[in-house]
Amino acid sequence: MSKELLDIKDLVVEFPSRHGDVTAAKDVNLTVSAGEILGVVGESGAGKSTIGNAVVGLLERPGRVGGGEVFLEGEQIIGKSQAELRKIRGKRIGMIFQDPLTSLNPLETIASQLIGTIQTHLDLSDADARERAISLLDQVGIPDPSARVDHYPHQFSGGMRQRVVIALALCAEPDVILADEPTTALDVSIQAQILDLLKKLVREKGVGMIIITHDMGVIAEVADRVAVMYRGVVVETGPTAKILGNPDHPYSRSLISAVPRPDVRLHRFPVVESIEAAGECKELDLNTHWLGKARDFGKSDGPLLKVDNLEMIFKSGGMFGGGKSEVRAVDNVSFDIRDGECFGIVGESGSGKSTIARLVTSIYKVAGGSINFAGTDLTKIKKRRELNVHRRQMQMIFQDPFSSVNSRMKVRDIIAEPIRFHKLTSSEAETRQIVDDLLDHVGLGAKAAVKFPHEFSGGQRQRISIARALATRPRFLICDEPTSALDVSIQAQILNLLKDLQEELGLTMMFISHDLPVIRQMCDRVGVMSKGKMVEIADTEELFKAPQHEYSKHLISLMPSYSGLMDRDAGQAEAS
Amino acid sequence: MFKFVSMRLLQSIVVMLVVGLIAFALFRFVGDPINNMVGQDTTLEEREALTESLGLNDPFIVQYGRFVANAVQGDFGMSYRLRQPVSGLIAERFPATLELSLVSAVLALVLGVPMGIYTALKPKSFFSRSFMTISLMGVSLPTFLIGILLILFFGVTLRWLPTFGRGEVVELGWWSTGFLTSSGLKSIILPAITLAVFQMTLIVRLVRAEMLEVLRTDYIKFAHARGLSPRLINFSIALRNTLVPVITIIGLQVGSIIAFAIITESVFQWPGMGLLFIQAVSEVDIPVMAAYLLLIAFVFVVINLIVDILYFVVDPRLRVQS
Repeated sequence: MSKELLDIKDLVVEFPSRHGDVTAAKDVNLTVSAGEILGVVGESGAGKSTIGNAVVGLLERPGRVGGGEVFLEGEQIIGKSQAELRKIRGKRIGMIFQDPLTSLNPLETIASQLIGTIQTHLDLSDADARERAISLLDQVGIPDPSARVDHYPHQFSGGMRQRVVIALALCAEPDVILADEPTTALDVSIQAQILDLLKKLVREKGVGMIIITHDMGVIAEVADRVAVMYRGVVVETGPTAKILGNPDHPYSRSLISAVPRPDVRLHRFPVVESIEAAGECKELDLNTHWLGKARDFGKSDGPLLKVDNLEMIFKSGGMFGGGKSEVRAVDNVSFDIRDGECFGIVGESGSGKSTIARLVTSIYKVAGGSINFAGTDLTKIKKRRELNVHRRQMQMIFQDPFSSVNSRMKVRDIIAEPIRFHKLTSSEAETRQIVDDLLDHVGLGAKAAVKFPHEFSGGQRQRISIARALATRPRFLICDEPTSALDVSIQAQILNLLKDLQEELGLTMMFISHDLPVIRQMCDRVGVMSKGKMVEIADTEELFKAPQHEYSKHLISLMPSYSGLMDRDAGQAEAS
Repeated sequence: MFKFVSMRLLQSIVVMLVVGLIAFALFRFVGDPINNMVGQDTTLEEREALTESLGLNDPFIVQYGRFVANAVQGDFGMSYRLRQPVSGLIAERFPATLELSLVSAVLALVLGVPMGIYTALKPKSFFSRSFMTISLMGVSLPTFLIGILLILFFGVTLRWLPTFGRGEVVELGWWSTGFLTSSGLKSIILPAITLAVFQMTLIVRLVRAEMLEVLRTDYIKFAHARGLSPRLINFSIALRNTLVPVITIIGLQVGSIIAFAIITESVFQWPGMGLLFIQAVSEVDIPVMAAYLLLIAFVFVVINLIVDILYFVVDPRLRVQS
């Protein structure tokens, strides 16, 4: 018998649909041995998660295994009954899911969830099971486990909950652990801790682990071997250094080249061609086109946006008092954004980045301080109509491309809405023409106008958002994590589009992100946020080379290094 | 916990005072109470004297204060129509309504919750599908029609069950119960079913929708991935999570069963408060209306309080963090 714990041979997963079977995974071959971490990387829809679910018999209906074999320590497990599979799940194959906030039953204590799982698989008394639960929490690094075990999930932070999830997966000492995007929902500093923990567990307990992820940083950090998936097929498998440093398959190559570089700033992102074509892009002559007109906002002295001592407090608690609490989401923040520059704001979740965006656009009312936009203090404006004059000049692009466009409106109406609202055109025919031109310009093509948002992918929807933002002929664009919901290849396209637009239209940008490499590629200057405070503002290159504040140093030290990543300077030369 | 409950109690008192104000306003603004009491030939002096003796010349706030003080002691004045103390009238009829409501609420819950779970766990089974179709009829048929159909079938055609009244009742102190006699038990069947049908179908659909939602969550998927048994997952994890939002709606529904049994009581000539209220409305019997208003408000406040406390027990996220 070989040392392979899990051996997946020619696995086929199909989803029957009205138009024939859709093959989600085709002839997939993967193996993992004891003490080894196999990374499965690919973009959304590549079929990564499907494989994990197929192995343990948890495919969502109507999905089914269409062929192939899965051997767990030499024993074929495909085709076993659900009752038999239940004895494998948890006991021999543990699973870890992406979102720790939703993976735990909110109504049960950690103890009861752990003990329930332990007693399902091991014949232990209540007291022994509890002892084991506490020792598991200790192993995954939860401080004071004997007290914490009786707490409920909501009393733990996101990172701690993911540790609890890992403890639950370890309950019965499984031989194999399938981790599906285990750190995607976590902040970088927590991500590093969780990855360390997983690595440690694999080494100490000698389990085999499959980490499914879209994040090359995670792969570079923990995986021993990597399998690259593309549209249901494993295109390449090999040792991590080989795949990251010198991949054979063109898809792996382009995927890796699309990862934003943390080390050097490039003019443009290398674009991945084999993934999603941007569609025909008709160039507009902006000197004569509507979009390029009325851009003479008059040169104002000083910065375009000047924020001074900005404060924002969120209060909670009812009218009868009780449980009142205050959160200082933005605490005395001041910064300038110069005309034509791209100013980045970076920080972890909850640091107040998005709140600043909402304050600047007057979605929230400030609790203190001033926001000077082109010489006018927006916080002093009382009338909505006056505010709208300024709002027209600043537009926002949101993080989630799925919820930020109205799914019941046609794309034409989505983009025309701001034009109509601000009465920027003289006739409906002109509006339509402009919408068509905008769609061409952002690379969707005028034909998209009559479709509904659900007919588009995430990246395409983000293009719709960008077109909508451009429709008011703004001078200032606020991008709030515009690409964090997108795959790397799509991210590269969207960021390139934003760069082009900024250049063509002379836009000023505020670019909010938690992703340091992206910030490095996009921004001229950066402000670092931590717990509502802006701890450091510096030129991008300076910040990355010599961060001053402790927190900035910490953040930058956590950035994935991608040591041994494929030499991409050659690829860059080709692209330019 | 104590702080939470006392806070809720305080809020309840405010609600009751506001409802009391509305009930009191009925006296002031719906007709003239003196006109309602005296005959055609009463002299102006006699009217003045009556007004004075009833304290109707006092300032508004004093009268309101007196009304509240009396109401707290259970004194709602005299019914204009029946010339009896309102509190007595209500005490006489309250047991009838409460018994009817309780039986139908229990019926609706005992049948509705398991049905909801079943239709959520086996959404494709023949039984679930046919039940969901039938339940649509239960939601859309008006209550009085269900009542009349039941009377026609079980009362008139089959002659199995009585079609009106409470049957024989047994007095237990001030409480009169129909649970202890066979005619009383028989009499409650039809009206209780009539009242329960709508509530039950609503509960089934609610539980089903909530449960389907819960079954799709990550923690259920993660529970399957840990190899837990389906029984544990469905009935311990999923059901408890389902009940959190369902409790509120069920609580309010129980309240409305008690408050709006009017139609059923009319159809079955059930001697409850609903019938009393209908008669009071048609005769502008304001003390009865005011008392009924207060009583129903009280029922809702109490049920809401119970729901809040239940929430507290079921959902640890609401407990104050130490």
